[in-house]
Parts: sequence; C-alpha cells; structure tokens
Amino acid sequence: MAHTHDDHAHGHDDHAHHGPDKGIMRWIKTTNHKDLGTLYLFFSFTMFFIGGLMSLVIRAELFHPGLQFVEPEFFNQMTTMHALVMIFGGVMPGFVGLANWMVPMMIGCSDLALPRVNNWGFWILPFGFAMMLSTLFMDGGGPAGGWTMYPPLMLQTGNAFPFLIFSIHLLGISSITGAINVVVTILNMRTPGMTLLKMPLFVWAWLITAYLLIAVMPVLAGAVTMLLTDKYFGTSFFNAAGGGDPVLFQHVFWFFGHPEVYILILPAFGVISTIIPTFARKPLFGYDSMVYALASIAFLSFIVWAHHMFTVGMPLAGELFFMFATMLIAVPTGVKVFNWVATMWRGSLTFETPMLFAIAFVFLFTIGGFSGLMLAMTPVDFQYHDTYFVVAHFHYVLVPGAVFSIIAAIYYWIPKWTGRMYNEKAGQWHFWLSAIFINLTFFPQHFVGLAGMQRRVPDYAVQFTDFNEISTIGAFGFFFAQFIFIFNMLACCYGWFGRKQDAPARVWEGAHGLEWTVPSPAPYHTFEEPPPLPESELASIGGGAHAH
Amino acid sequence: MMTRRRLARFAAGSGVPLASHDAWAYTATSNGWNMPTGVTQIAHSVHSLHMWVFLTCVAIGVVVFGVMLYSIINHRRSKHPNPANFHENVKVEIAWTIAPFVILICLAVPAAGTLIKMEDTRNSDLTVKVTGYQWKWQYEYVGQGVSFFSTLSHASNAARQLGAHGEGLSGSFSSADLKQLEQADGGHYLVNVDNPLYLPVGKKIRFLITSNDVIHAWWVPDFAVKKDAIPGYINEVWTKIDEPGVYRGVCAELCGRDHGFMPIVVHAVPEDEFEAFLKRQKDGDLEAQVPSAETVVGGAAPKAEPAVATTEVAAADTADSAAAAPPPPAKKALSEADLLAKGKTVYEANCQACHQANGQGMPPNFPALAGSTVANGPPEAHIEQILKGKKLMPPFAQLSDEEIAAVATFERTSWGNKGSVIQPDQVSALRQ
Repeated sequence: MAHTHDDHAHGHDDHAHHGPDKGIMRWIKTTNHKDLGTLYLFFSFTMFFIGGLMSLVIRAELFHPGLQFVEPEFFNQMTTMHALVMIFGGVMPGFVGLANWMVPMMIGCSDLALPRVNNWGFWILPFGFAMMLSTLFMDGGGPAGGWTMYPPLMLQTGNAFPFLIFSIHLLGISSITGAINVVVTILNMRTPGMTLLKMPLFVWAWLITAYLLIAVMPVLAGAVTMLLTDKYFGTSFFNAAGGGDPVLFQHVFWFFGHPEVYILILPAFGVISTIIPTFARKPLFGYDSMVYALASIAFLSFIVWAHHMFTVGMPLAGELFFMFATMLIAVPTGVKVFNWVATMWRGSLTFETPMLFAIAFVFLFTIGGFSGLMLAMTPVDFQYHDTYFVVAHFHYVLVPGAVFSIIAAIYYWIPKWTGRMYNEKAGQWHFWLSAIFINLTFFPQHFVGLAGMQRRVPDYAVQFTDFNEISTIGAFGFFFAQFIFIFNMLACCYGWFGRKQDAPARVWEGAHGLEWTVPSPAPYHTFEEPPPLPESELASIGGGAHAH
Repeated sequence: MMTRRRLARFAAGSGVPLASHDAWAYTATSNGWNMPTGVTQIAHSVHSLHMWVFLTCVAIGVVVFGVMLYSIINHRRSKHPNPANFHENVKVEIAWTIAPFVILICLAVPAAGTLIKMEDTRNSDLTVKVTGYQWKWQYEYVGQGVSFFSTLSHASNAARQLGAHGEGLSGSFSSADLKQLEQADGGHYLVNVDNPLYLPVGKKIRFLITSNDVIHAWWVPDFAVKKDAIPGYINEVWTKIDEPGVYRGVCAELCGRDHGFMPIVVHAVPEDEFEAFLKRQKDGDLEAQVPSAETVVGGAAPKAEPAVATTEVAAADTADSAAAAPPPPAKKALSEADLLAKGKTVYEANCQACHQANGQGMPPNFPALAGSTVANGPPEAHIEQILKGKKLMPPFAQLSDEEIAAVATFERTSWGNKGSVIQPDQVSALRQ
C-alpha cells in the first residue's frame, strides 16, 4: 500500500523499475514483495470475512436447541467450509502476507529470492478458493464431512468432491512455492553480518514454518489424492471391504495435520517475540532458547500426530508413546511463555494496541495450551475427544492465538507500510471488544464440552442452552467488532479522515530492526544494496547499548 | 445446584426456566458444566485425573499470570521509567525447563496407570457387540441370540423434525419454542431412544464396537467410554457399572447428516432384572413370527415394557440364516388403514431424516419419494430397495416384514403417489 511514487507526469525512462504499474495491472503483474504482501493480507481478510459469516450461521443455529435456520446437511457444510476457509484462506495467507512484507525488510534484502514464483503463488489462491467455495452451489452441496475429510464419510460427498480435492491441491502448491521462496530468501539473502543467530525471531519462526510446510503439504496432497482414486478409480486405500484401512487416512492426514497446527502458530510466536520487547523497552529474554524452543516444537510436531485419534483403538504402547510425546511439547512451549513474561519483567511497559494484543495472546494462548495439556492425557482425552472442549481448545490457540498475532502485527507495522499512524483510540476499543467477546464465545464451550456436548451437531440437549446462548452472543459481537479494525487499517491505506503520511522511520521508540532504518512508508524498493547491520538494530540479542 | 442454575441463567439472560433437574444434565453424574464423576471405577479415575491436571494448570496459571499482572501493574512506564537490560539467565532458564518436566511426570504416571487398566479387556462376564449405522445403533448380546436396533426416540424425532410450530425451520427463538423442546420427550430431548440397551450392574461388560457404513463413536460419559466404530475394525472397550440407573450418551464422531441424532441410552439394572430382560427378548424373538402391533419401532416410552424390534435380528446380518430357518407361517394380510398407520410411524423413525416429512427428499443425494418411479412402480423393486439399500441409502433389512410392508404402502399412497398396497408376505417372499 505504499503510494510513494509521484512521477506519473512523465513516462518511464531509465528508472522504469522504480515504481509500480498503474491500475489493476499493477496487482496482477506485480513481483514486488510489498505489493504481494498487501495482496495476501487483503485476501486473508476477505477469507476471514467469509469464514466468519459461516461461523455466524453455525452460531445462529446453535443459539437455541431445535432447528431454526438451516438443515443439518447445510450445517455440516458450514462447519467443514468454515475450517477450510479459515485455515487455508485466512490464517496461512495472513502469515504469508506478513512474511512477504517483513522478511526482506528484516534481513536487509531487496525482495524475495523468487519474485515471479511469489506472484504465481499468490494468484493461485483466488482461483483455488473460488473453486472450493463454488462447491456450495453444486448439486448435493459442498463437502460436509468435516475439514479432516475422514473416509468413508467423505466419499459420500456429491459433485463437490473432485473440486474440493483439486482446490486443496492448488492451495498446497501455493503454500509450497511460498515456503520455498521464504527458505531460499532467508538462507541466501541476509545482509552481511546477519548470522543465523542474529536474525529477528519472526524470521526464525518463518524459516522453521517454511520447512514444516515443505515437509507436510505433499503428505496432504497424497492423502487427498488417494481419496480421489478411491472414489473414482476403484482403488481401496481406505476401504476396508477392498483390503484397505479407513484409519490409515487418519494417520496420513494427521501426519500433515499436526505440523500444520504449528504452521499456524509458529509465525505468531515470531510476531509476539518481536512486539513484546518493543513495548517493554527491553531486549527479548532468552533469544537462543527461543530459537531452540521453536526448533524443538517443530521436531516434536512430527511425532505426536496420533493424539488426534486416541479413540480409534490403537495398541496400548502407541497410546502411551503419543501421550508422552505430546506432553513433552509443554516444555518448549512453556519456555516461550516464561521468556515472554521475563521480557516484560522490570521493563518499562506501555500498552499501545499491538502490545495489548500481544499480552492477550500470551494470556489466552496459554489457556489454550493448558487445555492442550489436558487433552494430551489419553485416558482423559477419551472424555474430551470430539466434544466442545476440543472446539474451545483449538479456537483458543487459533483465534486469540494466531489471529490476534496477525492483528497485532498489522497494528505494529502498518505505520511502516503506509506511513500513516492508525487511530489509537479505535485500536483500544477494538482490542477490548475483541478480548471480551472472544472469551464470551469460547470460554463457555469448555463447560458444555465437559458436560457432554459433542462437536459438529446442529442441535443439542436443552441443558446446554444457556452456555450456547452466551457463545453465540460473543461470536456476533466479535465479528462486528472487527469492522473497527478494518476501517482503521483502510484509513491508513487510503488516507481517510485526513490522515497524513507523517509516521517517523522508527515508529515505536523501543523498536529495533532493519525495517525501522528505512523511511515510513517504506520505499517501493528497499535495500537495493545490502545495508550495514549496526549492533543497535539486533533487537533480539541485546539491542541498544548491549553488545553481545 | 439451584444457585448455579440461576446464575447461569442470569448470565445468559434467557429467563427461561429449565424444565426439570434431569434436563439440566443428560449425564447422570455431571453438574452441567463439568465432566461427570461417573458410575464406574474407571470413570472415577478419569474424573480425578481430569481434576488433577486441571488444578495443576490453574496453579501454573496463577503463578505465570500473577507474575505477568504484577509486571503489567508495577513495571509500566509511568511507575518504572527506566527498563532493566538483562536478557538471559542460564540458571533460571534451566530451572524452568526442568520444572515442567517434573510436573509432567507427576501427571503422566497416574495417567498411564489408568490407561493400562482401561485397555485390559480380559475376563469379561458379558460381551455386547455395538454396530453403528447412519444413524442408529445395533446392539447384539453375543452368544445370547439377542439383538436389536436403537434409534432416536419418536418423541424427540418428532420435536426436531417439525420444529416448535410443526412447520419445519422456525427461524425464531421464542421462549415458547424453547419451553416446548425442554418438555419434549419427558425432558430428554435428543438423548432418548426407542430401545435402550440393558446391562447388568457389577459385571465386567466388554463391548465390541464396529460400524456398517461410516465411522461413528460410541460414547457414554458416565462410563468414561468412548470408542470409534470403524467399518472393517472391531474395537474393544469395557466397563463395569457400579450403580443401577439410566445413563445416556451420544455419537461423538461426525457421521453425516444425522450425526447429532443417534443417542445412546443404557439401563443399568440388577442381574435378575437383566436376565428377565434377556428372556423377554428371546421369547419376543419367537413370538415375533406372528405379526403383532407391538413390534412397532419407535414410540416406546423408555420405562414401558421394551417394545422391541427383535424379529429382524438374524436377518440383519445374513439373508442366508433366514433362509436356513424353518419357513415362517403365512403372514396375515393387514388392512390398508392398519398398514398406513404403522407405516407412518416407521417412516418417521427410519426414512424421514433424508426423504423428509413431505416426501420431497433433498435432491440429489436424498431423492424425493413424491412422484418417484420406485414408489409408483412395481412392488418388487420398491421392496428390494428397502431391503438392500442403494447408493447412500443403507439396507433396512432389519425391519420386520410388517414394518417394510407398512412403510412401503405408506410411501406408495402418500404425497399423491399411486402405487399399490404391499402386504407382509410379499416382503418375506423377496427376503429369500
């Protein structure tokens, strides 16, 4: 959104590469990391809006027992599509957008290593999602077997089925290209002097996330392709009657699915590790252990997948192994939380909107982590599994976790992107409304889940009415509160309400990092030459006067 | 309890009085917002583990959030303008890596102990095979020759199908609607079935859990038993119920359209009552050869004499065994009015979820019956389809000849259809 060029009076000369094209073709043809970051973020928030509308259909139906608005079949389509849209369309592109914008500016290079691939990776997404969403209008409706796509149920999908599979392939290709781009950029294009252990933590988090993506997206592609051939080409990978195994799909899916969970949260850890030191005016505590914790979490994510399927009837030894391995994740995750708290300790804290969201992240993500630890315990998981307790758990880590971190990151960097400061008062309103409504939405779901309400049902026993009413009120409140944010950010992009491009280069006085050494808004091309790397910009290891 | 209920209601602002204590918690031993304490030793252990890990988390939360809050209050810039500059401390970092390990071990050891007990299915006194179908459960007392289907009770089914005003989706949240649902089905809306599972107390019961179509999960919270029902797999799980009572559960794994509408009801009774139940079932099995109005599926009140669909037991699995049985006596022809009355009940319990009360279905997966070529065509094809299923439609061979004849007649003469009346012996002829 950097409208920095003002030379449209005369034609392009030898400086042809210094400004973007005009009009729509700028966005279609662009290979600029900032433009693509912007596209990713606009796409992400469009998907958050669509997925949010689906969640409102779900919550409206669940406001009271009985069927008020939608048939059970359509309800199942909504829960399935809500998950697919939010995960693959909302959170993942959101983080890719942040990586596009910030990784080159943080490591001091001019663009991502593979700019045309970057363009292609983005422009696959609108087509992939157009195909996926179009299934809602097909004969037999959209997919209704849950985003986990377990056969045999998934094989009962109508005409939507091959379109769903193909759209997942497209999203996978997009993710893999984006991930390869991030890895190649980070490993090859850091400014001289920025060794791996001097990189900002957001860059570290994304490097590890990108490796996870490259490792597991092909596994998902394989799993859904086997589903496709089971349905149309007579194979029996997952069909017991043909010698196949329905549980095999779950193993393969969750071998993708669990690292995927960390793909959705590791970049958030990077964002929070960037924001908290800025507003604590104090270096991040335990930079090295933060990096090792990220790497440990990433490794463990590959050996815990079956904790999603304790009830399928695994051998005792398997259940014990996956229980112990899963509980182990609490250790590196705990280290991260302790480090954030220690970073705040004896700092000089101020509470601008990004910091408020970051602090809420630490509180609420930790609550999601606690319920995760509870879920790790196999015998108790038998009671929690597939209830609203699980719904509450993963929404706590995904909404006040991943989504809050994306919001915090946008508040934090939008002055750098647009040169315009957001409205702090509106930001504070947005924060408090979001924080209150998100807890209203998801906290009661712990109670109904424990008391016996299963997931993915459009109707329920009357005992659950009160908590579901609270939850629905919270969901509608949260949804509408987000428009405060959308308008606040759009006003920065377009200069509404007379906002001036007067943000200083170092927007936050406590911020360190190469992105703060360039003017706000950041020029269309930053760091054509590798910049020097002063010690003072190494926010992650000391910052300020503190040499390492 | 009253206070809690009032508080919750006050917080919700609904102001709708709950119908009864029973309605507050469908599980017998839950207070409505926590895990049931359970009625088996295993369930008690699971509940204690749950509370133990929960309180551990609360303790850690109090410390971590306490430190954070202290910092937020006392280290804000107005109170603490000059930040410290420390950024590592090896001793502290080692300590808070080791401490969670210790806590985790304190959690993992008792959890592993309980898990080992849960997985020990040896030395059972009784085996019950549980088979999931879209969307009902079949129970078979292995070796006893007793088996029956259990579906959502008629009253709950009627309440959810028709909406509060009897005209489908109401689109409104009136408190009258809510009150009606609260009182529907004796306060057990959606957690009541036509034929409950009877189990003896004090006996180790082994369940063999499988499925006939997609994956389901059999869950009774008061027993802490939840196991997936997977086609091609037979999962084992066991329970030993300490206290007689009625325990309710639900299908926990998404299994399609009516996933939320295939509850489980277990009547745990003393052994002599259980034996009497088995005997009634076996006797009913013989009597069922004679058509009788009692064999209607659905509509039976849970406390009433179990009105059981036992006729179909053997036929459900293999047509061969039915063929091997001695030829049944000729079926008595029923009047069209009788067939229609019974057919409507059978339709509501088995067919309506997909084909809808108005016979319009939900094309294309669930085709309309009104005006369909099957319902207006030759009787044989219609009966065959009910017996064998087609595409998404599961077989309904478990229904008795009378029930199939009745429901087919109902379908062939309703919604403007002009098909012929079908009698039970036409069905039995096609079974062989």
